[in-house]
Amino acid sequence: MKLKQLEGLLGGLTQFPAPKVELEQYPTGPHIASRMLYTAENSFDDITGKVVADFGCGCGTLAVASTLLDAEHVIGIDIDPQSLELAQENSADLELDIDLIWSDIKCLNLKGFLVHTVVMNPPFGTRKKGADMEFLSMGLKVRMVASQAVYSLHKTSTREHIKKAALRDFGAVSAEVLCELRYDLPQSYKFHKKREVDIAVDLWRFVPKARRSS
Amino acid sequence: MRLLTHNMLASNVRGATTGYPLKLEAAKWVTKEVELNADFLRGLLPKIDWRALVAATRALGLPELLPEEQPPEEEIFAEGAANVEGSAIRRIHHALLEIHVQEGSLVCPDTSRCFPIDKGIPNMMLHEDEV
Repeated sequence: MKLKQLEGLLGGLTQFPAPKVELEQYPTGPHIASRMLYTAENSFDDITGKVVADFGCGCGTLAVASTLLDAEHVIGIDIDPQSLELAQENSADLELDIDLIWSDIKCLNLKGFLVHTVVMNPPFGTRKKGADMEFLSMGLKVRMVASQAVYSLHKTSTREHIKKAALRDFGAVSAEVLCELRYDLPQSYKFHKKREVDIAVDLWRFVPKARRSS
Repeated sequence: MRLLTHNMLASNVRGATTGYPLKLEAAKWVTKEVELNADFLRGLLPKIDWRALVAATRALGLPELLPEEQPPEEEIFAEGAANVEGSAIRRIHHALLEIHVQEGSLVCPDTSRCFPIDKGIPNMMLHEDEV
């Protein structure tokens, strides 16, 4: 599938009708989502034929993108039941099958390193301090999920902090910024005074610590 | 929820030691055909908990689908096996990827905490005093 085609299909997804401030439900726009997954597949072979988990899947944009790029099995996890319902509708509209789990990411318990790749657009931690790091640590922890790679978006302003935490605290083997993207936040919430808030975000690829015998 | 997801999902409720495997109690499920990918299954199978998978198929009322013991890999991935109706690889593929549990529940083996599955989505949310 071509990048433009992927972006076009993602552009047709239904987004949060009433975003929840406390969960920082910023939609992952089709521009960013398509580039994220396209890079993961075309530069690193991390999507096609793989098991992919979308942490904090919201309305399912990254999960849908993974499925469109022929991931073999895709799981979306979110704490918000309305988002999961929306993700289910979005995948059904495109006749895709995505497994969904209603769970708090920090309480999630996935065994056996069956997931190859984790993709996520975590909360940036601006409303709830540390929410971004909570997601990242769950993706990278040895007892946790991914055997191959973790892709995530973080504010460019937090680059040094993210790198240090991933390598030192969460045991990642590598932490690499693949590119810097512009995140156009439409005026989702009342506290955004300007009509559009344009912030710089990094697309990260982390390689989690190799599996010990489990 | 497909059985591949069930095979990795564990309960994190307070008091659980491993929380795995979750006992499946399925009221309703459907099947949807998907293309078999032998290379994918070859990589996956060593990581699959066979006992948990067999238990899940039995809970769905499919005692004949998978044998108690996992067949040897030479047999599963024998040349052309994917094209043979009823072969081990076809059964494993079907069990892991073609069965969708719609309604039912998952029960933690350590604490008996029940996690309902509603419209295909398992509810793994914990109450504050369960974390």
